[in-house]
Amino acid sequence: MLSRVADSLYWLARYIERAENNARILDVNLQVTLDDESAGDSDGKLEWEPILASLEDQKLFHSLYAVTNAETVCEFVTFAKENPNSIRSCVAGARENARTVREYISSEMWERINSLYLWLNSATARQLFASSAIDFFRHVVDYSHQFHGTTNATLTHGEGWNFLQIGKYLERADSTSRILDLKYHILLPSGEKVGGNVDTVQWQAVLKSCSAFEAYRKLHIGPVAPWSVAEFIILHDSFPRSIRFCAEGLDASLHRISGSPRTHFATDAERLSGKLCSDLNYATIADIFKMGLHQYLDAIQLRLIEISSALLKEYCEWLDPSDESEQTQSQSQS
Amino acid sequence: MGQPFSKYEVGDFYDEMFQAPGEARPHYRMLLERFNEMVDGEIERKQDLATGTFLNQGITFTVYSDNQGTERIMPFDLLPRIIPHQEWEHIERGLVQRIQALNLFLHDIYHDQRIIKEGIIPEDVIKSGKHFRPEFMGFDVPKDIYIHICGSDLIRDREGNYLVLEDNGRCPSGVSYVLENRQVMKRVFPKLFRRHKVRPVDHYGQELVNLLRYVAPPRCEDADAPTAVLLTPGIFNSAYFEHSFLARSMGIEIVVGQDLVVKDDVVYMKTTKGLKRVDVIYRRIDDDFLDPTVFRKDSVLGVPGIVNAYRKGNVNLANAIGTGIADDKVTYYFVPKMIKFYLGEEPILPNVETYLTMFEEDRKYVLDHIPELVIKSANESGGYGMLIGPHATKEEHEKFRQAIIKDPRNYIGQPVISLSRCPSYCDGQIEGRHIDLRPYILSGEKITIIPGGLTRVAMRKGSLVVNSSQGGGSKDTWVIDDE
Repeated sequence: MLSRVADSLYWLARYIERAENNARILDVNLQVTLDDESAGDSDGKLEWEPILASLEDQKLFHSLYAVTNAETVCEFVTFAKENPNSIRSCVAGARENARTVREYISSEMWERINSLYLWLNSATARQLFASSAIDFFRHVVDYSHQFHGTTNATLTHGEGWNFLQIGKYLERADSTSRILDLKYHILLPSGEKVGGNVDTVQWQAVLKSCSAFEAYRKLHIGPVAPWSVAEFIILHDSFPRSIRFCAEGLDASLHRISGSPRTHFATDAERLSGKLCSDLNYATIADIFKMGLHQYLDAIQLRLIEISSALLKEYCEWLDPSDESEQTQSQSQS
Repeated sequence: MGQPFSKYEVGDFYDEMFQAPGEARPHYRMLLERFNEMVDGEIERKQDLATGTFLNQGITFTVYSDNQGTERIMPFDLLPRIIPHQEWEHIERGLVQRIQALNLFLHDIYHDQRIIKEGIIPEDVIKSGKHFRPEFMGFDVPKDIYIHICGSDLIRDREGNYLVLEDNGRCPSGVSYVLENRQVMKRVFPKLFRRHKVRPVDHYGQELVNLLRYVAPPRCEDADAPTAVLLTPGIFNSAYFEHSFLARSMGIEIVVGQDLVVKDDVVYMKTTKGLKRVDVIYRRIDDDFLDPTVFRKDSVLGVPGIVNAYRKGNVNLANAIGTGIADDKVTYYFVPKMIKFYLGEEPILPNVETYLTMFEEDRKYVLDHIPELVIKSANESGGYGMLIGPHATKEEHEKFRQAIIKDPRNYIGQPVISLSRCPSYCDGQIEGRHIDLRPYILSGEKITIIPGGLTRVAMRKGSLVVNSSQGGGSKDTWVIDDE
């Protein structure tokens, strides 16, 4: 397939996944702050600053807004056009990429993305956001699920589908690690103890952000313990949002593209992803906490970036990022 | 609305549907009955359904003058235009004759130039043509086909005669609307379709890809399965939806300039598995932008070296380079003469009466009658560079007068033709609107024309301009088997 098409499919999937994950994070944080009895006392800064930290968007945010609270953070992460990672920007990016590969993807896939885009820019979406933000975010997540379902059901599971999977799993592994890391940034209110009520609520929120609470509950009855949450989210072998599961999916798709067996590597991207899989397969949660959860997650994020660069170098090396001026030149046709 | 046509005014035009007030032409009677059966609000609902379908599918185009670069849908009119079988046969014969003459003309003009030597066309018309490419004199194109895809615009005069208004022999667009309009109509009026025997159009993609394969260069690597691609300027082009639609219906890759690379005069596309040779390019980029090393140096849409690959016979382009001289509006004047010269036949479809301002007598007439005429610049399209005398201001008349005096080679004058009208659903009621017809003619192993074509509608009341860039819309066009 064309390198440009592979590149667009990869980014298309990443943008959709990013939009979904932003919606998840906001949804859960809103719910947590509703549960938090002390929330009424503060101005919201405490609850919402960590979101920005985990998305690494603090600088841009503070240049746009004077105060940090539910309203400004939700607006920034959902609609702000200035924020290239806002849900709206991500969906616009996904749609732009989908447009360039319109002949490659199925019409059903296109219609999912296009109608999400049209909806996000409609007054209906704004109204829902204002009246019930939680429903709004669920709606975004639903769209993303519909897109993945439609993709699986209508697109040939060939090379292009594999590029979509790679984009999806890379982005998902990255955001799962960020959601978990979110807990690192959240400060417990003074007087609260590690393992206390607030702490438990926060760990539960982390699970819910990954749709992992119900799955986790099936394994662990009793109090929500930090180490078991981290273990579940990082190392579970079959929960579809765990980092290990994403790394496996990513590695499998890479090998399907090159045709080399999973036990070997044919490209640098495969070598890196194979190594990541193997580390995750053999790691214990004790090792991870020994290294420090935050440091460990940071390292994972860096490794994902390396895999991404290696992938693009291998398959899309023709693309010259400085060629973008072409997009602004137009001509008329009769 | 009960009787949606009760207030319909036929007006002083050729009306496609009514031969007299309240009296529908035979081939429109079933349609009239169906609309008369409609319950209140049904037309609106159907219109909303149609519009929603276009929007959700992203069937949009971009308007240049609009700084927003916003995508708009082309207004879609619910009422189909119906062409009876016999009328279509006449059109088809006329178009086949015309495209044969145009292809023979292009071959002649790039070889012996007999038509100049025998005094049929003044040499100057060709030499000064903006789109004439003297660099390609003596160059042979595969199968001697120059215009592979042609869109000729037809209009009807007050008596209902079909006339050719212009030929688009470079990159005619709009065919995707023919196919999409049909899909939407099938969804909105399933019963009507069953009752009329509407001739299908959806084989266009197949015909087009057959054609592209047929004109693959003789030295192509795999003669049984030559690789064809569609070259687009990119997603910011107003016709991008169409490009991707066509690539999809043909099952070929759509590429932008940067996807292609030329090595040793062979064109390749850059794929995840390395370079893959390309044999035929359906290019939706004008000559000027095709190759920055040959034509416009500032073009970043094209592919450096592609013209040399074409010259060496390693790749073919559809349409060929240099076809623009055939759709120059001054050349248009000579098409009926070409038909006689090359085919020894009388033209089946006449031209609109045309004055060439390069001829002194015609110029004098045109300059004296600007307010009554339509003035067109020879090489503009999309409704740009045009003056409709009776609808324009004195300043505009004067502007065109000066332009003609300055550059008489590049203008033509035509009487204002009262285009035929067809009932259209606009602003909540059914009224007559002016229309034209653009059939799409494919020249490959044989000449194929999908039944009908794109009927464009001037949605603004009284307007004669049907171009989508000027607010025109379109409607489905039915060629029916009413024999």
